[in-house]
Amino acid sequence: MSVVFYLIAGLTVAGALAAVLLKNTVHCALALTVAFAGLALMFLELDAQFAGFAQILIYIGAVAILVVFAILLTRGSETPKDGVFSAKPLVGLVTAAGIFAVLGWAVLHSTQALPGSGGVPTPAPTVTVMQIGNALMDRYVLPLEIVALLLTAALIGAVIVAMHEKGTAR
Amino acid sequence: MLGEGILKGLGETARNFAGSFVSAERLTTVQYPEERAPVIEDTRDFPFLVYDGSDWEAGLRCVACQICEKECPPKCIYIVKSTDKKPDYVGKPQIYPTRFDIDISVCMSCQICVEVCPFEAIKMDTQFELSTTDRFGGLLYDRKELARSNEYYHSIHPTEAAEVDARLAEEKAKAEAKAKAAVAAAAAKAAAGPAGPTAAMPATPSPNLAAKPVEGETKG
Amino acid sequence: MIEKADQIFVLLAHWLVSFLPAGFQHPAMVLLGVVAIIATFPALFAITVLLERKGLGRMQNRYGPNRVGPYGLFQPIADGLKSLTKEDIVPFKADAVVHFLAPVLLVVVVFMGYAVLPIGRNMTLVNMDAGLLFFFAIGASTELSVFMAGWSSRNKYSLLGAMRAVAQMISYEVPMLMSSVAVVMMTGSLSLNKIVEAQNQYTHGLPHWYIFTPWGFAGFILFAIAATAETNRSPFDLPEGESELVAGYFTEYSGFKFALFFLGEYVGMMGVSGLGATLFLGGYSAPLQALNFVPSWIWFFAKIMLAMCAFIWVRGTLPRLRQDQLMNFAWKFVLPLTLLNLVVAGMWRFMGDGWLRWVVCSAILLIAYVGMGRVGMRSEHFGPRSYRYAE
Repeated sequence: MSVVFYLIAGLTVAGALAAVLLKNTVHCALALTVAFAGLALMFLELDAQFAGFAQILIYIGAVAILVVFAILLTRGSETPKDGVFSAKPLVGLVTAAGIFAVLGWAVLHSTQALPGSGGVPTPAPTVTVMQIGNALMDRYVLPLEIVALLLTAALIGAVIVAMHEKGTAR
Repeated sequence: MLGEGILKGLGETARNFAGSFVSAERLTTVQYPEERAPVIEDTRDFPFLVYDGSDWEAGLRCVACQICEKECPPKCIYIVKSTDKKPDYVGKPQIYPTRFDIDISVCMSCQICVEVCPFEAIKMDTQFELSTTDRFGGLLYDRKELARSNEYYHSIHPTEAAEVDARLAEEKAKAEAKAKAAVAAAAAKAAAGPAGPTAAMPATPSPNLAAKPVEGETKG
Repeated sequence: MIEKADQIFVLLAHWLVSFLPAGFQHPAMVLLGVVAIIATFPALFAITVLLERKGLGRMQNRYGPNRVGPYGLFQPIADGLKSLTKEDIVPFKADAVVHFLAPVLLVVVVFMGYAVLPIGRNMTLVNMDAGLLFFFAIGASTELSVFMAGWSSRNKYSLLGAMRAVAQMISYEVPMLMSSVAVVMMTGSLSLNKIVEAQNQYTHGLPHWYIFTPWGFAGFILFAIAATAETNRSPFDLPEGESELVAGYFTEYSGFKFALFFLGEYVGMMGVSGLGATLFLGGYSAPLQALNFVPSWIWFFAKIMLAMCAFIWVRGTLPRLRQDQLMNFAWKFVLPLTLLNLVVAGMWRFMGDGWLRWVVCSAILLIAYVGMGRVGMRSEHFGPRSYRYAE
């Protein structure tokens, strides 16, 4: 719980708040990018180099761009006239509170999942890229293949959807 | 094979690059203020008035016929005729221009004035470095600035000047021949006069009739 | 003596830092490294810009700029002064904050990429275990800056140019990553320092650079193509070439911000060629063992400048690729070849030493290249033109 942690946490929370509260949707997407960057810095501060850089590469380099493209292609870039808050805030508040409770419970109880701890956080093991690679090929190869299949299906689906548009417009 | 064209292209550019240091034909740039590209003979920029001999006022070929002023498309020529006459290259008294102004900021170098001039008096110059700081007065050339000698004309357009000179010499020769014939006829008339005017009469009209159509051909 | 010349900057830094108390020494070292990078690479940028203009001129049978100093050497100063003194116009409806941040983000991101490059022996600014991944992560952020520039101008043409640029950069990022993965596979580490050390060995005086292997050669060429496209450099400069014709994503930028974009592009070019030199050309190692007396950082800069010359040469030669030609090339030619390159690299490793692996690997790569070239160059038969209207 050092100064660095608080700074990074502040940046992330500020980015997330801005992503929700700003009027211009593209500004929201850029603020979301700042939140992603904050998360990546958090990973790096915990010495999880692979996770941090992968976060930057994937989230900022691809997901943020995807979000922005989606906003631009669907006319979300016009500022909503009615403001950013919905008419029924209670449902949203309950849902958000529920998700927060679940995540908080998972995080707080996770220290008990580690063997031999009982509430005391053990020093984090250094995870090198080699260990991640070995695990991916060894223990987690089935999830890897399934995720790959899913991504390929998504890619082909996107191409087919785009092509089908070309077909109907003929 | 894919990439073959790219490699050939890369070789060509490399050859250009290396060759530009070595051979002058690869690098054909003429670095302007220090060097000048050679001027082609048929270049035309702005008109000038030709004069024969050494005195520009006496030898000016222009007879202020104002054809060029009328034919000029942007109307950049302004001519004021003189009230007296002076002899031209053939010897015939002609009027001359007291003012002959060309505004070269208006002139479009179309050369129409040169083409229509019957007296070979106005020709195209080849100078283009004529910029001045005075936008209006500095680009209005008067008679004195426009007059250039025939030797200058030879130096910038040798072939053309040689042709013009040949033509003018031919006309001058014809005019002299005509004058000689007239003098001979008058002498014959004077000689034959006291003796018998009726005998000499039929001889006199014919040289004149023969001379006139020839003169008309060369002039038209 | 040779050792000293090689380590001269490290020794200098240590000496300068020794004046400070012990607590500040490590941050001061890092700061010195940062200052050195920020000082060196823009100077190289100025040299590169001049080299490009004069080199392109010579290739096109003309002089480059030769009026400003002797042989035009002060032209970068004139260009810098010009861009500093031009009026900074921001369009009225443009998004001022994003408009300002886009060039800033670009320059920050491209300079961050230099932190992991091993510029000489012991001269890496940050010695990270996942250095290559850091570089690629940083490279992915340049796309965001391009998009921000195009969108904030509130100009249809800028936005189109930015979309095309982002699409191009995303499509060529995958081949760039995949061709580097072959190198990572063979070295066994993502750390750029280890990759250079693996190439820094010599047999019979010749180095173990990866470019001298079949898969390394193919990987280098594919990496070079992808890097040219990533930095929006001719022949892939449709986003910025269009700005000469209609508009591009930095059309609404004038004066210093345009200079920042320009700087970002060239510094990015040097960064990515530094990475290529590290991955395939052995980083700071000398080409022959006999030449090891020359300091290592000189070799690194020499390789970067060689890559710059290659970029300029290619720019002077090739015409621009159209957007769809560009994308087809990426997805249908470069990417399959990089995947095949991975397989070939694996075969190289497991076939053991000898002439057989050279023959087999080269044969596979050549046949694939020629085959795909023939398939790609078949003339397409065009049917009746179809139009797709936006809904």
